Amino acid sequence: MPFGNTHNNFKLNYSVEEEFPDLSKHNNHMAKILTKELYGKMRDKQTPTGFTLDDVIQTGVDNPGHPFIMTVGCVAGDEESYEVFKDLFDPVISDRHGGYKPTDKHKTDLNFENLKGGDDLDPNYVLSSRVRTGRSIKGYSLPPHNSRGERRCIEKLAVEALASLDGEFKGKYYPLRSMTDAEQEQLISDHFLFDKPVSPLLTCAGMARDWPDGRGIWHNDNKTFLVWVNEEDHLRVISMQKGGNMREVFRRFCVGLQKIEEIFKKHNHGFMWNEHLGYILTCPSNLGTGLRGGVHVKLPKLSTHPKFEEILTRLRLQKRGTGGVDTASVGGVFDISNADRLGSSEVDQVQLVVDGVKLMVEMEKKLEKGEAIDSMIPAQK
Amino acid sequence: MESRPRPMGAQTVRYKAAPPAVCAAGELSGRRCGVWVCTVGKIGIFVSSPDNGSNRTQQGAAMPFGNTHNQMKMNYSSDQEYPDLSKHNNHMAKILTPAMYERLRSKQTPSGFTLDDVIQTGVDNPGHPFIMTVGCVAGDEETYEVFKELLDPVIEDRHGGYKPADKHKTDLNPDNLKGGDDLDPNYVLSSRVRTGRSIRGFCLPPHCSRGERRMVEKLSNEALDSLTGDLKGKYYALKNMTDAEQQQLIDDHFLFDKPVSPLLLASGMARDWPDARGIWHNDNKTFLVWVNEEDHLRVISMQKGGNMKEVFNRFCTGLTKIESLFKEKGHEFMWNEHLGYVLTCPSNLGTGLRAGVHMKLPNMSKHAKFEEVLKRLRLQKRGTGGVDTAAVGGVFDISNADRLGFSEVELVQMVVDGVKLLTEMEKRLEKGQSIDDLMPAQK
Repeated sequence: MPFGNTHNNFKLNYSVEEEFPDLSKHNNHMAKILTKELYGKMRDKQTPTGFTLDDVIQTGVDNPGHPFIMTVGCVAGDEESYEVFKDLFDPVISDRHGGYKPTDKHKTDLNFENLKGGDDLDPNYVLSSRVRTGRSIKGYSLPPHNSRGERRCIEKLAVEALASLDGEFKGKYYPLRSMTDAEQEQLISDHFLFDKPVSPLLTCAGMARDWPDGRGIWHNDNKTFLVWVNEEDHLRVISMQKGGNMREVFRRFCVGLQKIEEIFKKHNHGFMWNEHLGYILTCPSNLGTGLRGGVHVKLPKLSTHPKFEEILTRLRLQKRGTGGVDTASVGGVFDISNADRLGSSEVDQVQLVVDGVKLMVEMEKKLEKGEAIDSMIPAQK
Repeated sequence: MESRPRPMGAQTVRYKAAPPAVCAAGELSGRRCGVWVCTVGKIGIFVSSPDNGSNRTQQGAAMPFGNTHNQMKMNYSSDQEYPDLSKHNNHMAKILTPAMYERLRSKQTPSGFTLDDVIQTGVDNPGHPFIMTVGCVAGDEETYEVFKELLDPVIEDRHGGYKPADKHKTDLNPDNLKGGDDLDPNYVLSSRVRTGRSIRGFCLPPHCSRGERRMVEKLSNEALDSLTGDLKGKYYALKNMTDAEQQQLIDDHFLFDKPVSPLLLASGMARDWPDARGIWHNDNKTFLVWVNEEDHLRVISMQKGGNMKEVFNRFCTGLTKIESLFKEKGHEFMWNEHLGYVLTCPSNLGTGLRAGVHMKLPNMSKHAKFEEVLKRLRLQKRGTGGVDTAAVGGVFDISNADRLGFSEVELVQMVVDGVKLLTEMEKRLEKGQSIDDLMPAQK
């Protein structure tokens, strides 16, 4: 069977100069890295499922920048994207993940017992704790590229795996397309429901195609363990609860994730993973652990302190508004989470959150009493 | 994984005139495919029939003709891939069946446009509150041939029973319009005629690459630059517009913005925005061309008041001049005797023409027979913001409902005659008089 891509080959009729995107007003990782030479070198390539360079970069071309965050500006369409287009992805990954090199190895550690402490974050300040990650099922294209048939297979496999969970993980699946109004209301009140993406970062990458076909939400009866199917990744796995017991959240996260992985493996569908990039996900920013462990914490005084940003940087943490990425904080309550994803393990990253949040709560208390916090400023982790 | 070869069905199409550009086409099963270079140094995609292709030289080795992504999807059964259209209400969803999907899913046009590409916007957009949407688009001229099994019935449904064997008449001679220079300006606030044009040899907005889009912009600029007299004007590229220019264009109601309608976004027409998009208008601000918005070109003639004849005169003159300037450079518009002018959306085939007025009908619009009258006159109403909007202050946008199967002159005549009648009816109702004797027969 000839291996070709009619549309991509057709574009080769035009010179590199004619096809190269205008990135002069752009500020994202892709735009910083991509040159005409690189474009010329990679434009005739495609992955085994037909994902091309223009597919990789479309979202970055269409979205020059973002007011709050330095966006990545490129996505993978399948596992092989990261290999076929490594001339672009490797430097983007290095830029985004603190100098991570093409030869570096990533460590996976989902043994929650390796976490020290984390069960006693002060609930007067820490309102809720949450850990999320993503997983991709080997052998299928990723959300920017997958067909309806593939997406439905992923949904089917996910639902089968989740249906066999029991004990604290026993739960139910709610497909988006056949949700009743009552179910929808409930999921919104629980803050579980995800909606059709409106962010142009996602829609320009093609992730909203065929919505809501093949999409759904699964959660356990206790409402502390949640899986999103076919949103920005094949699976997004979330463990959460009110209060500051991050240790418990992380325990449930690790146990649940490993149970799910076992079931998938039994059916010969492992997760996409390799020893260089860790878990493979749609967005290069989520490679490695794909993990974002965070809390909603009250820091009205610390957040107005001139050294706030510096402290976060040193603690390797980042802040977001309580609506998640793309939002501003409300009422002095911030979403504080790990900044890193690749090059450190799950345990390492959650440890940073636990230790960092403890420190920031101490600082907040000091500031409340009108005391200085200079002696507490940490060294760069 | 299945390994038996499947034909990738790009069918050859005959065109009215000899193609200026080149072709890469053919079926998988053995015809040789290549990239051909055209005589003017620019390479385009064009499907030629076997007998006029034989005297061209093939350049370089044959390139594999395939569509990896589409092939990969063939690993899934038709049932697994068929979209869920159970909650949908658009023309595509009414016509497409699993059996049809199965027959068409392995095909592609010479530039690689597939069935899923055609229908994506209709899958993503189940319906619209005000209008019955089409739900499918063309990615190139050949789409209407390769996917005729779907598009012919959609066209028939949308264009009042227009059959695959029907012929469309083009008439851009403004002298053939009777009257139209005296619509009552107390009621008719403004008059406007618009259409679209596609440049043969280039893919359409859902599918075109940056290189193609820039070429369309370049060619359009060259043509528009050579207009003179009443039509002399200037081009404003979206990507380097100054704030002052932008404000002026907004005040003139000329500026088009990045599409926000999901109907357009889902079909890929906003990719690479604002690269190679722009607005050209004449110094008098009565003739306007949009470049690379929903079609390659949108051509608009407009002015305040009710002199539709003058608007149509300028429209025809400008359009004809632009077309001859393109032809001088070896480029023509996509046109054939069955579908007329070929545009991105099947709803705009034929004339692609929407001629309309903004007019005050506060009484008429509340009359029980308003919709019926419009229907009989073959007219439609929109809000003054255009499609997707509601009327404000009793002022309506009244325009022709048809595009295909009638000529430009015929459609504008219907607007002129219909608007005159509606004005009479409005005046009657103002005086509290009946309009029953004015009710028209079905045109």
